[in-house]
Amino acid sequence: MTAAVLFQKVSRHFGNVRAVDGVDLSIAEGEFFAMLGPSGSGKTTCLRLMAGFEQPTDGHIEIFGETAEGVPPYRRNVNTVFQDYALFPHLSILDNVAYGLMVKGVGREERRKAAEDALAMVKLPGYGVRKPGQLSGGQRQRVALARALVNRPKVLLLDEPLGALDLKLREQMQEELKSLQKSLGITFVFVTHDQGEALSMADRIAVFNNGKIQQLGTPEDIYKRPQTRFVADFVGSSNVLSSATLAKLGISAGAASLRPEAIQIGTSWAELLTLSGTVVACSFLGAVNRITVDCDGQRIIISAPAAMPVPEQGANITLAFSRNDMHVMEQA
Amino acid sequence: MRSDRSSTPLSLKIAAGAGLLFLHVPILLIFLYAFTTEEKSYQFPPPGLTLQWFAVTWNRPDVWEALLLSIKVASIATAIALVLGTLCAAAVSQTRFFGREVISLLVILPIALPGIITGIALRSAFSMADIPFSVWTIVLGHATFCVVVVYNNAVARFRRVSGSLIEASMDLGADGFQTFRHVILPNIGTALLAGGMLAFALSFDEVIVTTFTGGQQSTLPIWMLEELIRPRQRPVTNVVAMVVVLVTFLPILAAYYLTREGDQIAGAGK
Amino acid sequence: MSAVTHQSILPERSGLARRLSDFLWRHPHVLLLILLGPPVLWLGIIYLGSLLALLLQSFFSIDDFSGLINYEFTLATYKQLLIPANFDIILRTVVMAALVTLASAIIAFPIAYYAARYAKGKWKAIFYLGVMLPLWSSYLVKIYAWKLILAKEGIVTWALTKLHLLWLLDAWLALPVVGGNSLSISYTGTFIVFIYVWMPFMILPIQASLERVPGNLIEASADLGGNPAQTFKYVLFPLALPGIVAGSIFTFSLTLGDYIIPQVIGSSRLFIGQAVYAQQGTAGNIPLAAAFSVVPIVIMGLYLWMAKRMGAFDAL
Repeated sequence: MTAAVLFQKVSRHFGNVRAVDGVDLSIAEGEFFAMLGPSGSGKTTCLRLMAGFEQPTDGHIEIFGETAEGVPPYRRNVNTVFQDYALFPHLSILDNVAYGLMVKGVGREERRKAAEDALAMVKLPGYGVRKPGQLSGGQRQRVALARALVNRPKVLLLDEPLGALDLKLREQMQEELKSLQKSLGITFVFVTHDQGEALSMADRIAVFNNGKIQQLGTPEDIYKRPQTRFVADFVGSSNVLSSATLAKLGISAGAASLRPEAIQIGTSWAELLTLSGTVVACSFLGAVNRITVDCDGQRIIISAPAAMPVPEQGANITLAFSRNDMHVMEQA
Repeated sequence: MRSDRSSTPLSLKIAAGAGLLFLHVPILLIFLYAFTTEEKSYQFPPPGLTLQWFAVTWNRPDVWEALLLSIKVASIATAIALVLGTLCAAAVSQTRFFGREVISLLVILPIALPGIITGIALRSAFSMADIPFSVWTIVLGHATFCVVVVYNNAVARFRRVSGSLIEASMDLGADGFQTFRHVILPNIGTALLAGGMLAFALSFDEVIVTTFTGGQQSTLPIWMLEELIRPRQRPVTNVVAMVVVLVTFLPILAAYYLTREGDQIAGAGK
Repeated sequence: MSAVTHQSILPERSGLARRLSDFLWRHPHVLLLILLGPPVLWLGIIYLGSLLALLLQSFFSIDDFSGLINYEFTLATYKQLLIPANFDIILRTVVMAALVTLASAIIAFPIAYYAARYAKGKWKAIFYLGVMLPLWSSYLVKIYAWKLILAKEGIVTWALTKLHLLWLLDAWLALPVVGGNSLSISYTGTFIVFIYVWMPFMILPIQASLERVPGNLIEASADLGGNPAQTFKYVLFPLALPGIVAGSIFTFSLTLGDYIIPQVIGSSRLFIGQAVYAQQGTAGNIPLAAAFSVVPIVIMGLYLWMAKRMGAFDAL
């Protein structure tokens, strides 16, 4: 099966800056694909390469098997939901949504109907007569989505689509985007710096750093089996155990990751590995308590259910965890 | 206003108010003098008021000729400035290239340097190139310093037509020309109109460069300048001065309302 | 046709516009060239060309006997600038421009400050128009208005007579340098009209820079114990300075080059602009006129360079 988007050794340099540095990527048709990374990691440039706003300095890009280099954005059947929505301020909502059809020469009546359908799909029926300035942030986001989807793109690109929304709205939109993607069957590629968002929505995630993909895999892979220290740190702030700490456990390796929620306090079964340390700090985070423990210079963070008793600061405690929850990393 | 008003220091209020009065009273006096019956001097208060000078002015062919020439020059210079200023603003704001600052400086130079330098430079260039003075030499000079007005207005608006609007348009399938017609032009239109109005007002009023680039033709400001130095019929000058004030106010007010509306439209996209 | 297509890359469309669009998209440099070409050619050739030609002439000299231009490189013309009669003109103009700039800043500041900090809504618009209308109204009409005001039989004399203060005016006019036969033929008159005509250019840049000062900064200064004078000196003034410098570019440059105001209202002693005008016109000495006009260019060049270093261009 041809990939929806294929990158072969793609690089994009801006002067001396290697924004994207030799990326290989294959996104399957109908996939919900996330590009995760801190700002400046190259994820947005990758998105812009797909949209056609940037051209690769090096390498080859295909969209559904067709070469994309040198093809202007307006000839790509790929649409973008912009981070700032980029709604046309001088046009009504209906004209905004119908814009893509208008420039392609679709008749007035046909495009009005299509735009109204698209607005109904994003739950904004009857909003067509308003201007972008009269809508809230969440509503504008839906309009931007409708404006892209009305063109029936082969790939929909979303650039930090939920970044500007507040928490509640963000969670709601996550679910809606997910179900919209399922029902339309369109390939979604979205860029985010929020690991929670990537983990909860995507079928697969590419974690970016310094213009390179650090790890590509399912959310579970990324979360439980980080391959690099960067991924372990960035995706859910894992503990990274040093080789000295690992030696105490009888393991010989450079580094290993350990999820904060995989650690128990005080219990000690034979099959569990144990470490002892001093409690440095405790903070209450709602559903969980975050406890920071110092084990001979190795900081370990524990995420314990709030229902559990909280150890006192300065107390000596024993940490226990399963060998299976620990993931030895290929590189430190 | 409510609470702020009371906290405004009185001395500041007086200073600001006096400053504004200083700016406006002389212009108001022009209106009064247009009705005076006094012919030979600038006597205040006017000994009497009359409307007769409006009729006299109306029947003066030299005033009409000067007025028509000024309108003609200002229209052509504005049209040229609109094209050049918009192109320049588009280049500077939509693309990144080496030497943008040089371009900005080049555009601003004709008004940053005293008008007399522009005037004498053009005059000596014309005489070196054996170009006879005509309406076109006046237009040439005016267009040169009008570019900056259009440029400033357009650049400010281009900055607000964020790059992502143009990308959004192309993303949705519009080529460069469609994007220009459907997105860029509607968004910068009012700014261009305002810039054009200001350019027109600037050209309509220009006298310093014109004294160097005009030959026998006299624009309305040149006509006024002659009256200022060698007054022939003061009441006619009074009336012309009042009309000029009224005529220049209109484009200024229009430009103000146009850019203000534009701000609201552009701001709505945020 | 149907817009819904199953292709991922749409085929190239024919048509001249579309082909040109594709071409320009692939060659952004060509687009830049098309955009920049006309204005750069216009300003570069017509304007800069003329300016350079003028500068070139300042290195020629005029033959005193024949009155013809001697096309040989010489600095003699510049030397002429330094003879007392000419140097006085330069000094007089620069001093006047500096005084006008200073006075304009003092008068403009309260207006700008009020408009920036206290005027809201409708009043803000009124203030803005209240500055814009005089700024844009006809230069000559403004000078004409002052001719009416300052004339011996005009409103100033009338008002002072009514107030029994005419002796004050007479005393002022009796002073050396600033005085004269009447206000309309004295330096005082020239000074007032210069301020009137160029001061509005000072208000808007100051207002723009003051509007960027957050209100709470002034409150913070007061909160930290600063009295109004200290707040002005340590907070407001330094922050408004780029605006003042930006405004002074206009007032200074415009005063330097003006030759009409001192001609219509003022004593018979010349300013640079008048000297340029007289040299190129009646005297026919283009090289000296050119050398004279280099003076404001050099002064403004230095001024702009300093202003740029102070960050004044952000306030424009």
